Amino acid sequence: MSTATGIYHTTYEADLSLRRTRADWIRLTLIAVVVVAAPFVLSPFWLTVANQIGIAIIGAVGLNILTGHTGLISLGHGAFLGVGAYTSAILVSRFDVPTLIAIVVAVAVTTVIGTFFGLPSLRLKGLYLAMATLAAQFILLYAFRNWDVVTGGTEAIVVPYPEIFGWMLRSDFAWYWVIFGVAILVVLGARNLFRSGIGRAFHAIRDQDIAAAVMGIDVGRYKLLSFAISSALVGLAGAMTAHYRTIVTWERFTLDVSVLYLAMIIVGGLGSVAGSVYGATFMTVVPAAIQQFARNVRETIPTLAREMPAIQLIVFGAVIVLFLLFEPRGLDRTWQRIKDYFRLWPFRY
Amino acid sequence: MSRAYRHNLNGSDLAPGATQLEVDDVALRFGGVRALKGVSLDVRQGEIHAIIGPNGAGKTSLLNCTSGVYRPQEGGIRLHRGDGQTHELTAARPHQIARWGIARSFQNIELFKHISVLDNLMLGRHVHMKHSVWKTALFFGPARAQEIAHRELVEEVIDFLEIQAVRHAHVGALPYGVQKRVEVGRALCLQPAVLLLDEPMAGMNTEEKEDMARFILDVNDLAGVTVVLIEHDMEVVMDISDRVSVLDFGSKITTGVPDEVQADERVIEAYLGEEVA
Ligand SMILES: Nc1ncnc2c1ncn2[C@@H]1O[C@H](COP(=O)(O)OP(=O)(O)OP(=O)(O)O)[C@@H](O)[C@H]1O
Ligand SMILES: [Mg+2]
Repeated sequence: MSTATGIYHTTYEADLSLRRTRADWIRLTLIAVVVVAAPFVLSPFWLTVANQIGIAIIGAVGLNILTGHTGLISLGHGAFLGVGAYTSAILVSRFDVPTLIAIVVAVAVTTVIGTFFGLPSLRLKGLYLAMATLAAQFILLYAFRNWDVVTGGTEAIVVPYPEIFGWMLRSDFAWYWVIFGVAILVVLGARNLFRSGIGRAFHAIRDQDIAAAVMGIDVGRYKLLSFAISSALVGLAGAMTAHYRTIVTWERFTLDVSVLYLAMIIVGGLGSVAGSVYGATFMTVVPAAIQQFARNVRETIPTLAREMPAIQLIVFGAVIVLFLLFEPRGLDRTWQRIKDYFRLWPFRY
Repeated sequence: MSRAYRHNLNGSDLAPGATQLEVDDVALRFGGVRALKGVSLDVRQGEIHAIIGPNGAGKTSLLNCTSGVYRPQEGGIRLHRGDGQTHELTAARPHQIARWGIARSFQNIELFKHISVLDNLMLGRHVHMKHSVWKTALFFGPARAQEIAHRELVEEVIDFLEIQAVRHAHVGALPYGVQKRVEVGRALCLQPAVLLLDEPMAGMNTEEKEDMARFILDVNDLAGVTVVLIEHDMEVVMDISDRVSVLDFGSKITTGVPDEVQADERVIEAYLGEEVA
């Protein structure tokens, strides 16, 4: 069975597999080596960044399932992240629920709330849906800040370091393994989703919803399913943030965060699991690098250091605009092009 | 068809010639526009039933009512099954109607553009598959076995429509004629009881038209699938259809075998009227 890229398969099993060529396997091995070696070689600052990347990957994969794969835009995911974080933090700090159980409950609660706020998608599309999810963002944020009895209002919730199976999860090094273990499972699960019927149904709805219905897909049900899976993953990311940072405040779940996650999947590649990973990495590394840079130039060029927050925003905005202009399909597309180039190298065709 | 196919593409178990689809006094309005004015016709199991008429006659609207995209204000459309059961289509939603075996193509290609030909065709299998989030996330085991089982039928449709070379291509990048073919393929993968085709040959050159006509005849002849065909090319229509219904300004003028219809005064008038207008 031939593909347009010079790869041949002789069985359906091989055709269905994710890793197809030897180059794929070599690449996978390299990634595995980097992931395993990273915590041993990274400085404390960059190890923290790595952990943030891992959590961002989980959230970005989640948002991409909804927005990139199903074509339903959400501006409420920052707040959904908060639902996961608050639920887990409250359960642990106030009710002494074991962390693992708290996280599972937080995922369930976020799934329900995310799906509920997904109901407008049954009627609305595009910008109108964006407005409806924006309302969700504001309603939830209002609840975080003002529902004092539950969320503690504008006071931060402090969460104790978790103990999982008698193992104190405290250092960035220990967290790294947990976060990346979960992130890898999420990525694999998502990739599997998109080589079978449910993921295909999401794509069908994104590309042509009337045709999807006519082919037998219950469009409404699948839209809500997409909201459910998406919010579950975002809830998971939120709950993990709560326990990793051991502090939960409403400022971390504002509209900025929703937009940041949208930026991740746009820069990485809408509708691509790998793109979510690239986008989450890129959008976490860039501000960290700018911050690091600012720290280094603090003495030599103080004015520049002072303006860093503004510069950071400008660079960020510029990056997004440039991506939209030159690579609307994101980093994933750039990567595919490089791969294709070398696979057929030195022959272009 | 050049070789034996293992899968039967026909999703109906009615006896050939029995009434399968009953359109009963269907009226459809869009505000002041009366797209269908009490149309009745019946489609028999195993026939190729062409629906013709001038532009704006209501052909596509009738198909849309049948597949649940539009809901007519009056009348009903019933689908009869081999076990004696009857489904009322005008009260059902599109995805339910697909489950009952009505598959269709669209006048303006409505494929899933950003995915591969294979995925488009696999979506034709959607109603025949089981979908569980957990099994899917694990993939190995039941989910993969199911993919492979359904892939076999899809590959037969690919062979049948002679689109082997493009199976992994993204649909959006394919030439128009191939896209038309893929769209018919997607409908076929549903193993339809009735196949509704809305101008499957529009915009094609003679050679492509001949290929498409051959596919339609083969699906009908060899697999026994009932075909409802909207087509403007009279030569093709008269060549391949068993019966022809004529619509004009939302009303049905007549139904008959091609020769009768061709000779019918009112039909000639409807078409002449179009030329004058
Ligand atoms: N969604 C709609 N909203 C408003 N009017 C519509 C709609 N769909 C169809 N119509 C009107 O209904 C009438 C019948 O249209 P229809 O598309 O069924 O014609 P047709 O026979 O398929 O024509 P063609 O040969 O051009 O495809 C036309 O007057 C059309 O303008
Ligand atoms: Mg039409």
